[in-house]
Amino acid sequence: MEAIKQHQGLVFPLNRANIDTDQIIPKQFLKRIERTGFGQFLFFNWRFDDEGKERADFALNQPKYKNTSVLLAGENFGCGSSREHAPWALLDYGFKVIIAPSFADIFYNNSLKNGIIPIKMEETQLNKWMEQAETGKLVLDINLKEQTITDEEKLVVPFEIPEYHKEKLLNGWDDIALTLQHQEKIEQFESSL
Amino acid sequence: MTKPETIIKKIWDKHVVHQEKGNPDLLYIDQHLIHEVTSPQAFEGLRMNNRTVRRPDLTFATMDHNVPTKDRENIKDEISRKQMETLKKNCEEFGIKLADMFHPDQGIVHVIGPQLGLTQPGKTIVCGDSHTSTHGAFGALAFGIGTSEVEHVLATQTIWQEQPKTMNVHVEGDLGPGVTAKDLILAIIAKFGVKFGTGHIVEYTGAAIRKLSMEGRMTICNMSIEGGARAGLISPDQTTIDFLRGREYVPQGDAYNEIAEQWLALATDEGAEYDATLTIQAAEIEPQVSWGTNPAMCVPISGATPSISDVEHKEDVQRALDYMGLEENQPITSIEIDHVFIGSCTNSRLADLEKAARIVEGKKVKEGIKAIVVPGSFSVKLQAEEAGLDKIFLEAGFEWRNSGCSMCLGMNDDIIPPGGRCASTSNRNFEGRQGNGARTHLVSPEMAAAAAIEGRFVDVRKFVGVLN
Ligand code: SF4
Repeated sequence: MEAIKQHQGLVFPLNRANIDTDQIIPKQFLKRIERTGFGQFLFFNWRFDDEGKERADFALNQPKYKNTSVLLAGENFGCGSSREHAPWALLDYGFKVIIAPSFADIFYNNSLKNGIIPIKMEETQLNKWMEQAETGKLVLDINLKEQTITDEEKLVVPFEIPEYHKEKLLNGWDDIALTLQHQEKIEQFESSL
Repeated sequence: MTKPETIIKKIWDKHVVHQEKGNPDLLYIDQHLIHEVTSPQAFEGLRMNNRTVRRPDLTFATMDHNVPTKDRENIKDEISRKQMETLKKNCEEFGIKLADMFHPDQGIVHVIGPQLGLTQPGKTIVCGDSHTSTHGAFGALAFGIGTSEVEHVLATQTIWQEQPKTMNVHVEGDLGPGVTAKDLILAIIAKFGVKFGTGHIVEYTGAAIRKLSMEGRMTICNMSIEGGARAGLISPDQTTIDFLRGREYVPQGDAYNEIAEQWLALATDEGAEYDATLTIQAAEIEPQVSWGTNPAMCVPISGATPSISDVEHKEDVQRALDYMGLEENQPITSIEIDHVFIGSCTNSRLADLEKAARIVEGKKVKEGIKAIVVPGSFSVKLQAEEAGLDKIFLEAGFEWRNSGCSMCLGMNDDIIPPGGRCASTSNRNFEGRQGNGARTHLVSPEMAAAAAIEGRFVDVRKFVGVLN
């Protein structure tokens, strides 16, 4: 996993609640056995019509959101299936940070494992940014180390993230390698069974 | 006297390998279940890092999501075939038991675990699948994980978990006749919302839960994730013990009686405290039908779709109604369907099929409706055939298929066409879940069977044979 300390990027606002992992990446694309190449299928049924043409009414298809990398979304983002293909698709498309009022548990974990920063943010502030990103263009600067988000008006908003998740993201640590440091304890546990 | 504890805490504490203040706990995993969709990248990760599977003996694999339910010899979809072959190769390479497409133990992973007795009270069970909560019906701590975590469990047989909060969902009183476990869990989600359980492990308690069969309990725990819960479980009792006795992977004879004692002792102690408690009255629950695009968008059969002026999130409700091709204030009994799916890890066990068969026996599926029954496992299919259920379904005009996930998510050929409308016994009514543009209504097996006959949703309690 790549380390991430700070990220500045263009915001894409997706003001819907309960966006489930079937929407993030539909099941027909879960058959691949690789971890890469899922970005083309992100939000597939919203981005493309039945003939595979881009839907003009889905904002992500508009030129103004080209190269977006910060996603703003409604509550309970990533609910439903445990498919890690969802964060793989988001990351492969270019999203590095997701900001929402709340996340589904499994999705939250899955994003962290892939170096995406999931940020929980209260709705009043989120809605302000949502509107700015819908009507104009919004760039946010996310500093993981300081746990702050800075907008273009130099408004600095703090956010919470558990310390151990933060450490792993900052260093790009491999979970398994960390766990194997406790190998002895695992062996002890097994021999006590 | 020791402090009264919940079953959740008891199982948790027994599995902590390493604990450090300010960090999640490292938990030991007793049983790892694997299927073809969420495992290939995990095995690939092991190989890339020169790692191996720590406990192949605690790992069990099957194929369920992709398998065709008709012709298994000729899989047309190349990528599906490759995914299943990859699982086979991985299991061979790492010495993991696999129930492949042609194996008598094959089935939906959450159906075969309990059926084989791999699922047991007090175990920690994980699987790269959100409906792993199903196994909680036995008083196991079972939760879904992502592929990175699958890799982690393969390599270390452990997982990092933050100690979640505990929640008691207490069901007071008894369910009325003709009201099923499926109606109960749908009503719970409708009442408390799709994220009531976020960050929590839920225990279901109360008289109505105690009276449920193991199949009913599995239906309840299965849909815990639809309420956002990390896991859902039910304390073991005699029903649990009776169900597991004699199954392949449980101790046999006297050893079983001994372990059964230990299992019963896991049940939540009287007076144990939870971080939160929610209560629902069983007697008030009617058969449920979902009308929208998440499982909380659900009403009793006597109800109607919401009226926009009454709801808080108007846009979400309008979008759901539009997607579903419904009007506001539309009575549920006016909704006509063209597909019926009886199957999935929520409702595809023998008891589910028996109940549906009782409704359709001697009747005919309404013309123009495509109705399929997909047993949850190969063994369920055989047992159903021994009981003659296949004939009842076939004579009524249902198709009788081989086991797998099938139309629950449409990864194989079992897909609903755009605009198609399905009465489904599965667990998710998300946009496009059963096919691009497909409309899903979640119901119990009995309600799905009745809808197949009538061509629209009806109150199954009016059907003869359901009330005994
Ligand atoms: S039956 Fe449906 S919900 Fe259950 S494991 Fe299969 S795809 Fe998932």
